[in-house]
Amino acid sequence: MATTAMHATHKILAAAAGKDHVSPGEVVTAKVDLAGINDVYLIVVRSFREMLGTKVWDPRKVYIFLDHNTPASDLKVAEAQKAFREFAGEQGCCLTEINEGIGHNLLPERGLARPGSVIVITDSHTPIHGAYGAFAAGLGATDMAAVLIEGSTWFRVPDVVNIRLTGKPGPGIMAKDAALSILGRLGTDFGTYKVIEFSGPVVEDLPMEERMVLTVMATEMGAKSAFIKPDRTTIDDVKGYTSEPFTVYETDPGFRYAAEYEFDLSGLKPQVALPHSVDNVRNVEEAEGIPIDQVFVGSCTGGKLYDIETVAKTLAGKKIAGGTRLVVTMSTRETVQKAIRKGYYQILLDAGASITSPGCGACSGLLGGIVAARERCVSTANRNFPGRMGGSVEAEVYLASPLTAAATALTGKLTSPERL
Amino acid sequence: MKISGKAVVYNHDNISTDQIFPGQYGYIQDMKEMAEHTLEGADRTIRERFRTVGNIFVSGSNFGCGSSREFAVIVLIESGVKAVIVKSAARIWYRNAVNLGLPVLFCPTLPDAVAEGAEVEIDLEKGTVLDVATGALHQGEAPSEFIIGIYREGGIKPLMRKKALERSQKKERAGD
Ligand code: SF4
Repeated sequence: MATTAMHATHKILAAAAGKDHVSPGEVVTAKVDLAGINDVYLIVVRSFREMLGTKVWDPRKVYIFLDHNTPASDLKVAEAQKAFREFAGEQGCCLTEINEGIGHNLLPERGLARPGSVIVITDSHTPIHGAYGAFAAGLGATDMAAVLIEGSTWFRVPDVVNIRLTGKPGPGIMAKDAALSILGRLGTDFGTYKVIEFSGPVVEDLPMEERMVLTVMATEMGAKSAFIKPDRTTIDDVKGYTSEPFTVYETDPGFRYAAEYEFDLSGLKPQVALPHSVDNVRNVEEAEGIPIDQVFVGSCTGGKLYDIETVAKTLAGKKIAGGTRLVVTMSTRETVQKAIRKGYYQILLDAGASITSPGCGACSGLLGGIVAARERCVSTANRNFPGRMGGSVEAEVYLASPLTAAATALTGKLTSPERL
Repeated sequence: MKISGKAVVYNHDNISTDQIFPGQYGYIQDMKEMAEHTLEGADRTIRERFRTVGNIFVSGSNFGCGSSREFAVIVLIESGVKAVIVKSAARIWYRNAVNLGLPVLFCPTLPDAVAEGAEVEIDLEKGTVLDVATGALHQGEAPSEFIIGIYREGGIKPLMRKKALERSQKKERAGD
């Protein structure tokens, strides 16, 4: 039988399933290289026991990230985090503490997001690691408990959608604008059950941190996983953090994508997603002037060093507008340390920012910048569903790039960075 | 597998897990207490309707989008929901539902046609749902054999327990 051309992510799944060939639609049981649990999922531990689990399959491959609510905001959270520490101690698995930052951003820093690996985390934004050429998907708690016991999980081999980014984006445009414009045109569910690949000359020119913005936003497009073909940039980055070996899988020539789209970014304007949906996208220009109560710069999507640097350079020597708050939550401890060394931390403080300790912060809606009812927040994070920033379904969240966020902090009104 | 009951209809698209179970309640460890917030971010009357009207929940497309929180399935089960019929669902929510043994049928036509409180009959293997009063038979997507297999076991937990018991029995037989 002639085998059909395979996509790189299919080759990853085939290798993890011990097969030569897999095709979309087929259910495979794949070995997992890294299983991550974040601190809102203590239920994983409960399910693990209910399944009569005693020992995790490989403690070196199990990570618990205390990142969503750090330092603990109340007693229930403190109890849950304590239980996690006990579980990690008993199992000998890895646990990242409350001062270390967001799990998704810690993986690259530790060389754990590697081409060809299979990564599962109890978090919907797990596709972010597709920026590194990994097959990375979010799982629920029960799924994860089974992974802890067996070291493998089932996947339906997904179709792949290719999004090519071409053209010459202008200076005020970031990866976030590209992602929002894709969402504006294609909506929030075109990628459901699929892998979304990002390719084309624009992607090849992006640094890793910007590539991660595309792959993390693939979650909002419904994707199961995302993929960017590893290149020199990827390989140099990974080798800078680890000497562990990895495999770069190539998509076969002649592979048929389920759909292909091209976005020419020449002339793209800064984008914003208005409340309460990620695909409610406009040019910032069209919504300029809306008064903004808070600007949030943070999250796995918009709290990386690149984002902090972008915001700090825009705010250098200036002050944020009176009547507006700027909350900055850097993604990891290493980001904070670098921001201090490079002077960004001082710039942000001088400009009037509140800087919280690293972690998910206000993005999780649990602490560190909750927004009141009928307040408006411009956020560099990835979601603006009703209630996302702390439970008030009447709070309005506007998603934008770090540049637009910085421009907005300076004027107190939604502002296009083209005006700077 | 056949499931019948009365429909509670909330025919809107993109109902997120934040609406099904708002994140700030995530640290509650008691399931009953959690279930008091079911679908609170969408419509506060729905939870009550699961008591008074019926327990087949009907909603629109991309149901359960957003975070991976499994509570967005657990609270439906805790509220007595026996099956969910939607136009389509987000992947992780769907996967969680399968794992926890909550039957989900993807059916593009029923949500627009069915009335609140209508008696419906689901045939999961065939992927159909019958609107008893009108006699209309709606064709949805039949779940794969693999997924029906998990439903038959009542979800992945009973399945894993069974495997664990088999493992320990094998060990006993091997005498170690
Ligand atoms: S920063 Fe936000 S999106 Fe990212 S993992 Fe944390 S809560 Fe999720």
